[in-house]
Amino acid sequence: MEKVFFIIIASLSVAAALSVVAQRNTLYSAFSLIGLFGCLAVAYITLQAHLIAAIQVIVYAGAIMVLFVFVIMLLNIREEELRVDRNRLLIFSVPLGGLLFGLIYFGLKNFKIDEIKGAPVGTSEAIGQGLFSKYLLPFEVTSILILLAIVGSVVLARREKDGDIEDIEDDEQVVKVSMAEKSKVEETKE
Amino acid sequence: MLTTDILIEWLVKIGVVFFILMTAIAYVVLLERRLLGFIQMRLGPNRVGPFGLLQPLADGLKFLFKEDIVPLEADKALYVLAPMIALVPALMTISVIPFGDKIVILGREIALHITSVNVGLLVVFALTSLGVYGIALAGWSSNSKYSLMGGLRSSAQLISYELALSLSVVGVIIFSGSLDLVEVVKQQNSFWLGFIPKWNIFTQPIGFLIFLIAAIAETNRVPFDLPEAETELVAGFHTEYSSMKFAMFFIAEYANMVTASSMATLLFLGGWYGPFVDKFPLLGPIYFSLKILFFLFLYIWLRGTLPRFRYDQLMRFGWKFLIPVALANVVLVAGLALLIY
Repeated sequence: MEKVFFIIIASLSVAAALSVVAQRNTLYSAFSLIGLFGCLAVAYITLQAHLIAAIQVIVYAGAIMVLFVFVIMLLNIREEELRVDRNRLLIFSVPLGGLLFGLIYFGLKNFKIDEIKGAPVGTSEAIGQGLFSKYLLPFEVTSILILLAIVGSVVLARREKDGDIEDIEDDEQVVKVSMAEKSKVEETKE
Repeated sequence: MLTTDILIEWLVKIGVVFFILMTAIAYVVLLERRLLGFIQMRLGPNRVGPFGLLQPLADGLKFLFKEDIVPLEADKALYVLAPMIALVPALMTISVIPFGDKIVILGREIALHITSVNVGLLVVFALTSLGVYGIALAGWSSNSKYSLMGGLRSSAQLISYELALSLSVVGVIIFSGSLDLVEVVKQQNSFWLGFIPKWNIFTQPIGFLIFLIAAIAETNRVPFDLPEAETELVAGFHTEYSSMKFAMFFIAEYANMVTASSMATLLFLGGWYGPFVDKFPLLGPIYFSLKILFFLFLYIWLRGTLPRFRYDQLMRFGWKFLIPVALANVVLVAGLALLIY
């Protein structure tokens, strides 16, 4: 039963992943990616990791991908503008893909699926215990990394307000000067 | 293990809950039209059946027989898919919402929820956060500028207010120590001084207000209904939709309202608890429905009373006021939890 379920989910996620790279329309790619995240969430549920599944959907499918879709929609690129000569890219993509597959193969060659079974590791209690004891340092370091990213993005997005105001003031002065000149000219006419 | 007994129980539960939810949605629409009528000094629809009670039936039939129009330049696959993506998560959330304690029917003990997940709260958030894709896709695939504007606005709005919504719930989780919705409700069972119920609304009123505001924004209702702002965007994301596809968006919106109301009830108003529930468990669902009805009434009341936010006001309010206050509330509630326990 579990095996049948896994095969269905696994083949669906591979299909979704292929669709992410094969689609010509960026929005279709983005939605394939959301489908992939959904499949992964189901896979986590079959591993009794309900919390991870829920967080997977909330964070990736529900938050990050909304931003992706938002940007794609904002730019509103249509298919015609995205015609890239794909055959030229094959020179890089085939060796790199082969290398990746090789690494995954050698990494997983001696891995036994039975090791996962045993005590549930995906419940909220187990994850909480882990995060605040064994993995406290990596957890805190990651949060500082995220904090840095937030500060960085705020700096990038911040408008140079002071400069703008000066410009406006300069413009106003110019206008005032020109008005004054105009009135002078009119005075002399009279 | 999965036996036929349990399977039948599940199917019956799903059927009953689905039927009640759909009926509730249909009659909330009628309630809204009639109440709005009274607020605006008119009668509202009262011709079909006694007090207009058969109006939802007539509306449903009309939706079924209307012509289904797909714009010529629309992205057809996504255009058809969008209302489904909006509707399915909206209806799925009800499956983890408990509306009563266990009751005994025909000698069988039945828990009054479709399924119990130990991270029920997160499941609700996960499903509601998926609903935005329906709106965003509808906006994009219609190939109309009004729809696109509506879709864009809705994605920006939902991301912004989801943060405040999640932060306002953190306080409740600190108090209950569980993500299970049944546990969250049971923690609010006892009384202070013998008569004040231990509802979370009394211990964290700020959290409740933030939750309420953010939930109204998440369901795209007045005063946060910018995705469909009819005065500027025709009808926003569903401008091009007609017939049953439009009805699906409509049902999704009202299902989301019911979900948001039941979440507010579960998290802050003690769920199904009320006087004499311990002796008569059947009273539980009745109290629960009354509390939901209160929130639904609030939704309609707000729609009849408040004007719409401007877009920049909406963003400023969400990011610069609601989220900082929600963060401060988390700290406050954590301190309070230390004092009480």
